[in-house]
Amino acid sequence: MINQIWTWLTDGANWSGDDGITHRLVQHLWYSGLSLLIAGVIALPLGTWIAHSGRASWLVTAANSLRAVPSLGLLFAASMLLSSKFTGDTDLPYLVPSIIVLTILAIPPLLAGAYSGVREVDPAARDAARGMGMTGGEVLRQVELPNALPLIFSGLRSATLQVIATATIAAYIGLGGLGAFLRDGIALNEYDAAAGASVLVAVLALAADLLLGVVQRLVVSPGLRTTRTRTRRNRRADATPAAAALGPTNARS
Amino acid sequence: MDWSYVSDHWSQIMERAWQHTILAGVPLVLGLLIALPLGWLAARVRWLKPPLLGGSGLLYTIPSLALFVLMPVVLGTSIIARVNVIVAMTIYTLALLVRTVADALEAVPNAATQAATAMGYAPARRFLAVDLPLATPVIASGLRVAAVSNVSIVSVASLIGVSNLGIYLTSGYDRQYWTEIWVGLVSCILLAIVFDVIIQVVTRLLTPWQKACVA
Repeated sequence: MINQIWTWLTDGANWSGDDGITHRLVQHLWYSGLSLLIAGVIALPLGTWIAHSGRASWLVTAANSLRAVPSLGLLFAASMLLSSKFTGDTDLPYLVPSIIVLTILAIPPLLAGAYSGVREVDPAARDAARGMGMTGGEVLRQVELPNALPLIFSGLRSATLQVIATATIAAYIGLGGLGAFLRDGIALNEYDAAAGASVLVAVLALAADLLLGVVQRLVVSPGLRTTRTRTRRNRRADATPAAAALGPTNARS
Repeated sequence: MDWSYVSDHWSQIMERAWQHTILAGVPLVLGLLIALPLGWLAARVRWLKPPLLGGSGLLYTIPSLALFVLMPVVLGTSIIARVNVIVAMTIYTLALLVRTVADALEAVPNAATQAATAMGYAPARRFLAVDLPLATPVIASGLRVAAVSNVSIVSVASLIGVSNLGIYLTSGYDRQYWTEIWVGLVSCILLAIVFDVIIQVVTRLLTPWQKACVA
């Protein structure tokens, strides 16, 4: 069976053309990147503001409870609701519902990451910054955000995994991307294509996570690398119910 | 919304809810049972921690539909076998819980473990009677996250033809029939809530000293 999958993956004919691996891989990346970008523009400032101002923290809880909604159902409902709204020969009938759902699914982990990241900044560091005469905005930009980066990144990484996984399923409402091979392969009993594309999807998710891990190492201040004191403080925070909901932020479907 | 559909299909809904419960619940228990020793190892043996946590992190990155499709290659099963879903879900649960268990055990206060040792607890008994109970709230919080995500992911298994509540979603979409979509969505969410409540109740029973603290 592994031989068949390998043959499918290495057959040049499978890589070219509009239904080829290259094109669908680019589609997959494009849909995922676009959704993450929209979700980031919404969730990161919002999470930061909620944590900084202490207002509307129910939004984070509400976004978290969204996770109980099966993403498959969200996709189908969005498609049935929206795709008939678009007419003519365009990609919009499946593109719009897919991107909306992918964005909705990326928001909770991003929001939770930004929120808990800024919330859990050492109060002593914040007070010191105030004491040095920094304004609210300066505290936010120079102290809170850099300190929040590790958790912001962990939110971004789980959002990325969630989006890549769901973009695969979105093939069932007509979206392109690598999921199309899985959909067609399962439907037509062409197991080599379905399994080969599954390998590609898994590698894509791994590569994206690895890449973000490298970026995280480059961007996050070396002073924040897990030291004894910091991990101990985080662990204690994990025991509170609020942090428990945010704790392992990588729940996904 | 066609309410007669719900009453007409009540026994079928219950049957699929039961299938869904098995597909999401059995892996939860299996995953926890495997994660406990692995998490203990990660917390206890310093050099084993990076490979154990890294390895489980890697497993967690694999998208669900891809993992379901790849299970037959690993297990030699047919693609619609339920065991594919059970094993895949166990892998996810395990991947999430190894880190949680390790974190939870490391967070047990040193004073408590040292007091237990001083009172003559042997290592194994100390683990069961002191470390594990004190780590239970944190492990339970991880288990709640895993439970909710399992219930959601299992519905994806309907795409490879394994029967569960997700079938209402796929069939509702194929027939463009809203009632079925609603049945699928609402029943999945209710099942996730049931799992969540059960875990919370069991945690409360296991940690009676926490009653004074928080819900």
